[in-house]
Amino acid sequence: MIALVDYGMGNLGSVANALRFIECEFEITSDPKVLTGADAAILPGVGAFGDCMENLREYGLVEPIRDFVASDRPFLGICLGLQLLFTEGEEMGTYAGLDIVPGRVIRFTHSLKIPQIGWNQIQIRQDCPQLESIAEGSYVYFVHSYHVVPEEPEVVATVTDYGYEFCSAIRRGNLFATQFHPEKSSEIGLQILRNFVGEVAQ
Amino acid sequence: MLAKRIIPCLDVKEGRVVKGVNYVDFRDAGDPVEQAAWYNEQGADELTFLDITASLEHRDTVLDIVRRTAEQVFIPFTVGGGIRTIEDIRDTTQAGADKVSIMTAALLNPEIITEGAERFGSQCIVVAIDAKRVVGDENYLGPAPGDHIEWRVHTHGGTRPTEVDALEYARRAEELGAGELLVTSIDADGTKAGYDVELLRRISENAGIPVIASGGAGTVDHLYEAIDYGKADAVLAASIFHFRELTIRECKEQLAARGVPVRL
Repeated sequence: MIALVDYGMGNLGSVANALRFIECEFEITSDPKVLTGADAAILPGVGAFGDCMENLREYGLVEPIRDFVASDRPFLGICLGLQLLFTEGEEMGTYAGLDIVPGRVIRFTHSLKIPQIGWNQIQIRQDCPQLESIAEGSYVYFVHSYHVVPEEPEVVATVTDYGYEFCSAIRRGNLFATQFHPEKSSEIGLQILRNFVGEVAQ
Repeated sequence: MLAKRIIPCLDVKEGRVVKGVNYVDFRDAGDPVEQAAWYNEQGADELTFLDITASLEHRDTVLDIVRRTAEQVFIPFTVGGGIRTIEDIRDTTQAGADKVSIMTAALLNPEIITEGAERFGSQCIVVAIDAKRVVGDENYLGPAPGDHIEWRVHTHGGTRPTEVDALEYARRAEELGAGELLVTSIDADGTKAGYDVELLRRISENAGIPVIASGGAGTVDHLYEAIDYGKADAVLAASIFHFRELTIRECKEQLAARGVPVRL
């Protein structure tokens, strides 16, 4: 069973709709016990970094998420669900993150329009089962003002150019997380979700 | 590189498409969800539903469309028309819309922009600006006009003028928390003679948020001018796509050949 983690930040509807569309079984849950017992987990997220961390703490999900990722079961973070994995974020103050992946989350430092809204390309930097059959330069949908800066370059799965090159997805073992929204990236996005679900099945 | 977005707009009334793609092969040409799916296959980058239902009791039919679209179409979509309150934003986004576009309510009650951005994120709040020239030539809307131009915001489908300067309002909407600006020229709308590219350029040059061009598209040249001279980040169009004078893919191929980054 795949746990779709609900920690009270925005609606999970789009991700849930996409999972239903690809006929994947999942359970929307806020319960740390359900997460702990799941085969795989998806952490979406919309909102501000600090608020999201606060909610994860309130729901008692911080340690369970760390333990889940440490167990190397398939884990997918989306957008803020990528950023929260990092050591700290600087959105409206500096906040400690889940500190699962060393690095920081910073605001775009260029003078282009922020947020970045729209379709941009990914350049693939490591072979990932989650990106199986996804072509180099594929367009995916982004909506964000902040991006991650991993300390360890080997976790970078894809990069994207917006004013400068930034890390748009990471992978470490069965941990995979994207800055873009697979659930809004049409066929390419659905394929990434299918790849993730396929990993779980194996 | 971030692609310029092509956004078809479907007018919906009482749950049915009244201005949409003219396509005989649809099982049900009036079904917004079927049209949305078709546009997704055609390569639309986003979709906009404009609800032109006059009466409030039909709000539920819009939410039903939103819900069904969100279950089947996995690109971002915006709902505009009749969004008046924070509750409307909540209901529409909970049903599955990614963004709402707000026009009259934002003008009468600008706090809805700020409150909406705080509650749902600024990326969710598109402020729609219907602008009409009150000073300057309204017959020439192309690049580099010679004379002084002023635009005023209009409401109620462009029929009611206000005293609000459109450029000033665009700046203010951004300060209040808007995530994007949907800029429609009343002078150009429905003419298929091109966008008011001077309006787009003046707003976009001063905006730190994306600008969506609307009103007047009839050819690929018009889309190109809106992006190139008008500096728009996205172009919204209706009849050019509905009547399949050009498919979205053809438009994108021609734009790409002229150096515009598009998702193909």
